[in-house]
Amino acid sequence: MLLPRIIPCLDVKDGRTVKGVQFEDLRDVGSPQELAHRYEQQGADELVLLDITATLEARAAMISIVREVAGEIFVPLTVGGGIDSLERIERLLRAGADKVSLNSAALKDPDLVSRAAKHFGTQCITVAIDVKRVADNKSSEGNDGSGFGVFSHGGTRATGRDAIAWAKEAQARGAGELLATSMDCDGRQQGFDRSLLVNLAEAVSVPIVASGGAGEMKHFFEVLQIPRVTGALAASLFHDAQLSIPQLKSYLAEQGMKVRRTHKDEAGL
Amino acid sequence: MTALIDYGCGNLHSAARALKASGARELYVGADPNILRKAQRYVLPGVGALGACLEKLRAKEGLLETLREQTIGQGKPLLGICVGMQMLVEQGFEHGRQDALGWFKGAVRQIEPDDESLPVPHMGWNALDILVPHPLFEGIETGDPVYFVHSFAVTENDPKTTLAQVHYGTSLVAAIGQGSIAGVQWHPEKSQRVGLRLLANFLDWMP
Repeated sequence: MLLPRIIPCLDVKDGRTVKGVQFEDLRDVGSPQELAHRYEQQGADELVLLDITATLEARAAMISIVREVAGEIFVPLTVGGGIDSLERIERLLRAGADKVSLNSAALKDPDLVSRAAKHFGTQCITVAIDVKRVADNKSSEGNDGSGFGVFSHGGTRATGRDAIAWAKEAQARGAGELLATSMDCDGRQQGFDRSLLVNLAEAVSVPIVASGGAGEMKHFFEVLQIPRVTGALAASLFHDAQLSIPQLKSYLAEQGMKVRRTHKDEAGL
Repeated sequence: MTALIDYGCGNLHSAARALKASGARELYVGADPNILRKAQRYVLPGVGALGACLEKLRAKEGLLETLREQTIGQGKPLLGICVGMQMLVEQGFEHGRQDALGWFKGAVRQIEPDDESLPVPHMGWNALDILVPHPLFEGIETGDPVYFVHSFAVTENDPKTTLAQVHYGTSLVAAIGQGSIAGVQWHPEKSQRVGLRLLANFLDWMP
């Protein structure tokens, strides 16, 4: 039986892990290497590293951060942020990433997903979708939209695309996993966007990682009940030590969910 | 010396690091037949599509012949990881049909879980179900979680060669072994304690 994945996300800017509320107001929460090491020891099932800078210098520096983080852990590492070419993917994979997460560049050039999947295999291509409810997103063909719109560039630009339609297309092009972030819920700690995730899960057959909105342990339990939602991601909750991974896993186990435990986690460390 | 085969189709960084952390003192990463002959054991990684990996493996001058002669011929241990394991069977059906190495009976086919709600790829931590006690599983127990990421799996192999399985709507082959050659579908280099233990066992294995 597949065990649910608890996935801490490190947003990296200028070599430091930062956190923000609703994609804004960033503040420093520590070194990516230290955090990655700590989370791995505590039982994180995967880690996500997101490059949230935009300059070329920072993009180059990200490669060495990936190498350093990958050097700290023996669990899978997904890297995202500004990935726009096969060359970039290759460099990140060589630096130690196991999966890459494509977002804005894939929206601009959907064929990038196809090329990347063909070249590196679907298993290492995650498509990240930043979603916000929109009042009316009827497509140009006049079809009714789902009410969930896709935003690009860190959630700052409306793309006019429908999230469910884009998820299906990403899967058809070879995405092996979807990382769905609800911008409406992100940072509010009121729970994951259940409605979005249920709709996505009905539309695709690849695994989905839920992101945005985790605030308490029961939110994880609830979202991981949705079929195909096999992972749940959170950032500030873990960074602020509001919730530790061992605590969360103990809770999930008490609710009858099978989870992966590490020895240190069982020892309460 | 342990040789990690670099034929352009594997996550060598992780595998090399995990092998070192598991106690590999001398590690050669490459595909030069002259150096490979001097190695005591071999790790064959592989990620991506089966056909692409086979093509790259065959394109390396003298590599396959050397591996065959050193493992099947001389009995040195080899561990295939993920697609590195899948390549060991007879044929694959990922984007058409491929002739694989045929060191084991069997085929590589798309995973079709009985339960439609189970996503494919089979991605994440799943409990190992050990069927045959084996030196590679020393200190590892049925129920220990290991990391899988694959859409295709080995089927139609000789059941006697299935060392471990995993349950995902249906039973999938998680490890195969015969003589000095073994393979795991999951990623020991990404499976934390359990994975490092398997690699350490492989480094100690004297088949």
